[in-house]
Amino acid sequence: MPAAARPTHRRATIETADGQPRASAYVCEAASCMSAQSHDITLRLGERIAAAGMTDVTIKRVGCLGLCAAGPLVEIAETAELFERVKPDDVEGIVKALKKVKPTDTRRPQGPFFEKQLRIVTENMGRIDPESLDDYVGRGGYEALKRVLSDMTSTEVRDEITRSGLRGRGGAGYPVGLKWTTVAKAEGTQKYVVCNADEGDPGAFMDRSVLESDPFRVLEGMAIAAFAVHANEGYIYCRAEYPLAVSRLRTAIRLAQRAGFLGTGIADTNFNFDVQIRLGAGAFVCGEETALIASIEGRRGTPRPRPPYPAVSGLWDCPTLLNNVESYANVPTILNKGADWYSEFGIGKSKGTKVFALAGRIVNTGLIEVPMGTTLREIVFDIGGGIIGGRPFKAVQTGGPSGGCIPAEFLDMAVSYESLIEVGSFMGSGGLIVMDDTSCMVDVAKYFMDFCREESCGKCVPCRVGTTELYIILDLISRGEATLDDLAQLERLAGIIQKTSLCGLGQGAPNPIFSTLRYFRDEYMAHIVDKTCPAGVCTITAPEVMA
Amino acid sequence: MPVLHAKPQAPTDDKRWKIVETRMRRMGDRPAALIEALHAAQEAFGYLDTDALNYVGDTLGVPHSRVYGVATFYSFFTLKPQGEHTCVVCTGTACYINGAKDILSGLEKALHVKPRQTTADNKISVLTARCVGSCSLAPAVIIDGDVKGKVNVVDLVAQLEAM
Repeated sequence: MPAAARPTHRRATIETADGQPRASAYVCEAASCMSAQSHDITLRLGERIAAAGMTDVTIKRVGCLGLCAAGPLVEIAETAELFERVKPDDVEGIVKALKKVKPTDTRRPQGPFFEKQLRIVTENMGRIDPESLDDYVGRGGYEALKRVLSDMTSTEVRDEITRSGLRGRGGAGYPVGLKWTTVAKAEGTQKYVVCNADEGDPGAFMDRSVLESDPFRVLEGMAIAAFAVHANEGYIYCRAEYPLAVSRLRTAIRLAQRAGFLGTGIADTNFNFDVQIRLGAGAFVCGEETALIASIEGRRGTPRPRPPYPAVSGLWDCPTLLNNVESYANVPTILNKGADWYSEFGIGKSKGTKVFALAGRIVNTGLIEVPMGTTLREIVFDIGGGIIGGRPFKAVQTGGPSGGCIPAEFLDMAVSYESLIEVGSFMGSGGLIVMDDTSCMVDVAKYFMDFCREESCGKCVPCRVGTTELYIILDLISRGEATLDDLAQLERLAGIIQKTSLCGLGQGAPNPIFSTLRYFRDEYMAHIVDKTCPAGVCTITAPEVMA
Repeated sequence: MPVLHAKPQAPTDDKRWKIVETRMRRMGDRPAALIEALHAAQEAFGYLDTDALNYVGDTLGVPHSRVYGVATFYSFFTLKPQGEHTCVVCTGTACYINGAKDILSGLEKALHVKPRQTTADNKISVLTARCVGSCSLAPAVIIDGDVKGKVNVVDLVAQLEAM
């Protein structure tokens, strides 16, 4: 849409003595609240305030306020009063509340959903207008980049990141500093910095929210990375399914270029770096790094064997640094506050925080950020508000189609890269899907296998043929038509596929089977032996067994 | 490898080809622009027909076979025209455990269409998506580009039938 046609909701002129508004209403305009017509709320609030002649009040569009379940959300910034499920008729109430705000008001605690969180990556979310560079700079944005360019060498930057203990937030947890060093030391004059924003795990929307709410942070992180590894071209590979994130990124790139934070001679130094966006086209496998690179090059997104790793030979055979959105988003804060500050958060080898997307049968679905080491119980019950309708908790699924289901007995486990692997799951990008007794674990395993079967790129046989075979057996089990021999075959085949597939998609595809078998074997047995589905989800086609 | 070629003519004098041509030119008419060009063509025309595939391939110096290979690899691209309206049902994990299956079966019952099919009157195409990232609104559908959350199948069918 051309700028002129877009309904305007820029803040009105503020007529107070110091030019600062007395009161501000922040309206969430990230995808979730937008789909609940939050933009209409912004417009209506603006009209009402203009009509009431309130010249000391501002209405601001902001990114994700976190509590997506209760959208559209409006927050009064001065008091942190949160209005949930706002309908056009509720606007009067918000205007009244805005009238009452006094200069002495302070932000009051907002309950466990907010109190138990620690915001590093999401510190600007819901605080800034994602399409305003001034807002970002006003909260300390681009200070890290300016300091890096004027006071630090690339080695110092890499050392700082290494000392912070930051690990890749895309799932595998590879040390970020080590990757940067490999790229910096790789031979070649042309190097690339690539941001993986192809968030394909179903149930994950962290990267989308970061891009929609604070796109400049990602651009700043990428620019710092480019300086550290001696690159001057960058790509952001983003899913086409995220139109709002793409449009905000485009705006952010344009504004950053105009202000001299991207392009030639950044921040009045001789450092050059520019970024282009490439759209994905609905292939899950493109989240794998070599497939992603093939896709940027305009080819089918099929992975290739590693080594060589992209850090040595990536995009157009040049050394390429590939990190995901959340990893880059951590970088500016680490450089602002220091590696020592950052590494104090977390547990063991998992430092800092992790952003999680809470979804499924949970009360407070939405976006949260917690220190590594927070327990699942705190996440699901304190922050997440527990299960919808007070039903019994059954499992939490992490790591997408390569992850696993974690049962209630591990609710008090501290979440880290290592602990999740120990219980047979995987950090993944950070989608947490909570399940109650209405979910059948055989059906869940079948669901993920159907996903992997469809998304397999077809290049290697174990994944292409194997995932289909596993799906066929799971389908038999779910219909009550399978025998114990089929179950044995399922386990054998899953092991082979895990060991012989080319890339992470195939290697991880059997994980949902392993983890559901490990903790919910009784449900498999109920389908196979008793021909019943305990959760009542599966349609049993086999004749019932008389007890 | 790119072959030296004269710049091909657009298949028709439809002005929308200009959009596609511009997008390719901005990326230097190189083979790497293939996916972006297909996005541009699909945005302009709603789907990719053989003319579009060949035109893009000829302009970028990519063999037709490879263009077809790429267009069919990525599920976002469609080679068939869509109905007047599209209804994309999200089948991501959160939507799945919150009833996406019931939505699909409800649509099938009411409109007699399965995913990737269009109603007989060419009004509505039903599609599925792997995850649209609106997990907090599960189950979600996208009607003509607008996300609708916490969908109730009866209301959805009523809305689609009224279109």
